[in-house]
Amino acid sequence: MSHPNPPADDAVHSESFLRSLMRRQLALSTTCAATFLAVLLGMPLLNYFAPALMATRVGGFTLSWLILGVLFFPFVWVISWLFIQRSIALENEEVAAVRKAKEAR
Amino acid sequence: MNSLSLLAPALAFLGGVDPWIFTFAFITVVVTIGMGFWSAKQSKTASDFFVAGRSVSVGWNASAISGEYLSAASFMGIAGMVMASGYDVLWYPVCYACGYLFLLLFIAGPLRRFGAYTIPDFAEGRYDSPLFRKIAVCFVLFIGFVYTMPQMKGAGVTLAYIFPGMPYWGGVALVGAVITLNVSLGGMKGITLVQAFQYWIKMFAISVPVFVLMAVFGFYNGHLGANAAPGETAAPTTEIARKPLVEKAPPDTKWIAPFGPLTTKAVGAAAAKLPAEQRAAFLAEHQKPYSLLYTYSLIIALVCGTAGLPHILVRFYTNPDGGAAKRTTMWVMILIGVFYVFPPIFGVLGRNLAPDLYTGVGAKGTDKVVLELPRAVGGVLGSIMSGITCAGAFAAFMSTFSGLLVSMTGAFAHDIYGRMLRPNARPAEKLFMFKIGAIVIGAIAIVLGSQVETLQINFMVNQAFAIAASSYFPLLFMSVWWRGMTMTGAATGMLGGGLAALACTGTIILGDIGKVNLADFWAYHPLLRILAEQPAIWTMPLSIILMVVVSKATAPSVPADIRMKMLVLHAPEQLGLKQEYIEEHAPGAGH
Repeated sequence: MSHPNPPADDAVHSESFLRSLMRRQLALSTTCAATFLAVLLGMPLLNYFAPALMATRVGGFTLSWLILGVLFFPFVWVISWLFIQRSIALENEEVAAVRKAKEAR
Repeated sequence: MNSLSLLAPALAFLGGVDPWIFTFAFITVVVTIGMGFWSAKQSKTASDFFVAGRSVSVGWNASAISGEYLSAASFMGIAGMVMASGYDVLWYPVCYACGYLFLLLFIAGPLRRFGAYTIPDFAEGRYDSPLFRKIAVCFVLFIGFVYTMPQMKGAGVTLAYIFPGMPYWGGVALVGAVITLNVSLGGMKGITLVQAFQYWIKMFAISVPVFVLMAVFGFYNGHLGANAAPGETAAPTTEIARKPLVEKAPPDTKWIAPFGPLTTKAVGAAAAKLPAEQRAAFLAEHQKPYSLLYTYSLIIALVCGTAGLPHILVRFYTNPDGGAAKRTTMWVMILIGVFYVFPPIFGVLGRNLAPDLYTGVGAKGTDKVVLELPRAVGGVLGSIMSGITCAGAFAAFMSTFSGLLVSMTGAFAHDIYGRMLRPNARPAEKLFMFKIGAIVIGAIAIVLGSQVETLQINFMVNQAFAIAASSYFPLLFMSVWWRGMTMTGAATGMLGGGLAALACTGTIILGDIGKVNLADFWAYHPLLRILAEQPAIWTMPLSIILMVVVSKATAPSVPADIRMKMLVLHAPEQLGLKQEYIEEHAPGAGH
């Protein structure tokens, strides 16, 4: 390859910066995904093991239908809103850290 | 004299057409085409044609993505399928919407920072491999064609409803030709505007008739309450006037509860082949576990498939920066989430108010409940409401088919022609090939679409998603988050998972439209039927395992500048690493 990795001496290009960058981003994404998947993948299990509970009537709806057909959408909005807020804050922290390191040199 | 004799069959063909319905549908088509022509004047350069010059605001882009995403499957298919199969179908709207969350969490940001016109661009840039680009392009076309079939079915059903004398294939050919013409004239810049406009048509067209219907016949919860759930001796709501169910309709308790007709069909068919005295034991043992398996596989296909659909991903590049890409996704989730509450209401109301649709097949079946049901209001108001939903249906299949056609034609003109066949082609020649490509691909889509009248719209979309979930999703996810991936590993995994899913899909579709007789085989092997009908639960892990194993085996061929690539994918755009990367790659890098 004619394009070697850039020298690892400045803050932005260092191995440790990339590692912490990816780890923090992945941690955030995974936390949000896990919350979402717990509910999404938990629903079939509830239907399977607690059919009577999920067939409870809530104003005409069955509980299961109400959750999946209506309430699930706002739940996903909350997760994505939190993710976007945290993710933008994370990026700003990273940029600030790099700028600070540059000034210090 | 001569012209009169030509007019006679045309007039007979128009007999039985409701003027209101015709007018609304006609206006939608004319406005769409008019906007295409108008914006064709605005888009001049090749860059404009491919990704709208990358300067689309968040609001426009979010409406446009939603407009493109809400296809015939969402507008007509969900309602029809909820009516036919009940609760289990709710996974479709939920997962269609939630797939976006996955896109947002894992893929949208990094991909946007990496910056490329198309997914094949990403594949090539991440692995420095023109060969991999070719493989990725082929998949854009494969998934695209599978996904055009349900859109064409939607077109055929709607036109057969508006013009009772028109055959199914006639509607497919007419709509296909109109959209193809529109795309070859306007390109994607035109499409962005048209798509955004069409989102709002669809939202209006699905919500207003629902409110009118509910005002006349009773609310969502009331209609649902008119169906007895398991364990109830009678339905809790009695004031809803239900029409008597026909014999082909599933009974209340099966329809309203999880693990109903959709997910238990395979086991049911197998039980029917057994001697009568063994049936009950067989059902008790297998029905629920197999249903659970079916449900999980369906969820995986739909959630991950969204993140892998090529015509949706390409739109992230039309955002000015990564922050805007994230905000766009948030708005898309809200716009489509609100929309997806409505189609199941049509299905629920349709079960109580128009049960005769259960007896129809093909273009006359439950897939047309969204179009037919508003007429139950009666009189001119009913016709107007039905005209509005027809206009929405037009917006649905026209916008999704246009988007697909743009992304497939883009892959053809930009990649296959512009890079493989004629690398030295001038921009004007590429633009010309874009137009030719649109016509060829449109024609193939029409031929494929005319073959699938008996398949449910939603089911076909599900198949396209299963393929995307086993090919593009693992590719994107692993490429973004694992630096040990090699080109060989990525290609093997994508092809292995994708082709396995494609083989399953092909077998199921050929069997179900009657080209191959597999009914007996499936009846004796219900588990195989489920794993072929919903392959994602094994093809997606297969793809990821192949990627990891093959990448480990070919570890020395990890791109040498992988750290730089990963930085570009993950570091905030304000740090300007992308620019640095482009400068380093400038000589002969082909970016």
